[in-house]
Amino acid sequence: MLNKEIKNHVADLLKKEVRLDGRKPLEYRQPITVKYRIADTSEGSAEVQIGETIVQAGVKLSIGTPYPDTPDEGCLMVGAELLPMSNPEFESGPPGILAIELGRVVDRGIRESKAIDTKKLCITPGEKVWMVSIDICPINDAGNLFDASALAALAALKDTKLPKINEDGSVSYMELTDEMLPIKKHPIGITVIKIANKFIVDPTTEEETAIDSRLTVTLDDDGTIVSLQKGGEEALTVDEIMEMVDIATEKSEELRKAL
Amino acid sequence: MSYDKRLDGRKSFEDLRPIEAKTGVVKRADGSAMFRIGRTMAYATVYGPRDLYPKFLQNPSTGILRCNYNMMPYSGRGERVKPGGNRRAKEISMVMEKALLPVVDLSQFPNSVVDVFVELPQTDAGSRCAGICAASIALADAGIPMKDLVSAVSVGRVDDKIVADLDYQEEAYENGPVADIPVAVIPNSGKISLLQMDGEISKEDLRKCLELAKKVCLQIYEVQKQTLKEKYTGFESGADENEKFSEPEVPEQSGSEEMKGDYNAQ
Repeated sequence: MLNKEIKNHVADLLKKEVRLDGRKPLEYRQPITVKYRIADTSEGSAEVQIGETIVQAGVKLSIGTPYPDTPDEGCLMVGAELLPMSNPEFESGPPGILAIELGRVVDRGIRESKAIDTKKLCITPGEKVWMVSIDICPINDAGNLFDASALAALAALKDTKLPKINEDGSVSYMELTDEMLPIKKHPIGITVIKIANKFIVDPTTEEETAIDSRLTVTLDDDGTIVSLQKGGEEALTVDEIMEMVDIATEKSEELRKAL
Repeated sequence: MSYDKRLDGRKSFEDLRPIEAKTGVVKRADGSAMFRIGRTMAYATVYGPRDLYPKFLQNPSTGILRCNYNMMPYSGRGERVKPGGNRRAKEISMVMEKALLPVVDLSQFPNSVVDVFVELPQTDAGSRCAGICAASIALADAGIPMKDLVSAVSVGRVDDKIVADLDYQEEAYENGPVADIPVAVIPNSGKISLLQMDGEISKEDLRKCLELAKKVCLQIYEVQKQTLKEKYTGFESGADENEKFSEPEVPEQSGSEEMKGDYNAQ
């Protein structure tokens, strides 16, 4: 019931090209900022703020065995924890489907753009490689966790330094070398929302309760699409999808500037 | 052998690391705070009083307080901390709850719960104490009826010295015995609502430690009060305003850069 009312209100406003908080449909909230190295216990970390939404990401490295099909490449793991501190509706406990989707969408953007030069993370082929774990933790969820999380994860990777390896082969976590994690590409995720036949970006939590469809498009530095994720209950036409991709392409430059 | 100089360069054995506190940092929460002591940083958010489910947990005579302590995956000095909680986090959540309970009054909120979530992005010992300091500011920020704040710090012994606010290097000191005693103090009554210890200590030294905890917690208390006053300055009466200017100074917040240097050097 409440959703319906919010939705009607949002739809009425959108007819006039206005949103609940006074923004235009394709306008991000401000400020969009990235703070690097927010946790010195991590090998790399960053905090992204988009409007009132705040998301942190931290990178931890460990040494492990490579997958048999890629014996000379490091591995990537991305997880998102929807901390109950960041939203009254989030609960403690094992990750729910929202957290899983968020982690996987960010993972695909980084993996498929080949953002990390995984070949350079090989220590001994077939035996030892660097395993990169990115953890995403929202501090304040005021909407649009997808875009904020993708940006935070990329920023954390850019901030990552390799730790020293002890003589016995273990990782000396508190001694970071000057060697940065090799980053080749900078994938930016942009989520375009369809509500009442209008497209918007950067939804607030109220707007998120009213969406018909959403499409998260991840684009690398030269505008190549590296991952897509459609969400929401309504289906989209091809033309709609292409328009959403165009919007995402344009908006990605705005977020890229914040890095 | 004697422990004559603090490993992180603090001048006195009673010195706390630099403290910083902020309230209202998480807008969605009913109350929130960040508390940083040295390199240990805690966020606390409060949600509630809100309905408590499942229903059999409800208490018709009072609201209940529920704490949840969690280290973020990248907050540990070594390997990634696996998410999802463990025995340690559960125990700390419970003792934090007990540390805060004596000052909160939830009798007006039967069948409800007040949730306190403590999240640590970065730790260097003393995380439960930092969590309690943040949580008590956040509870006040949420407007929960309270008799006092709670201030907490770890005290203890490193070799032959009684010290306040042990950092990780001191906890791990190897050239002599160490005792690590996290203590929470209710400043106005001087009573102690959290007490744990690891290590070895004599009765005399324990007394000295607890007296030291009461003394240094007053410094933390001033920072906590100041933080809340800063947020609510607009609501203050004139008398409070005058008092504000006579408050002791908040410890200086520089130093983090040089500390980073020390850290990497060890």
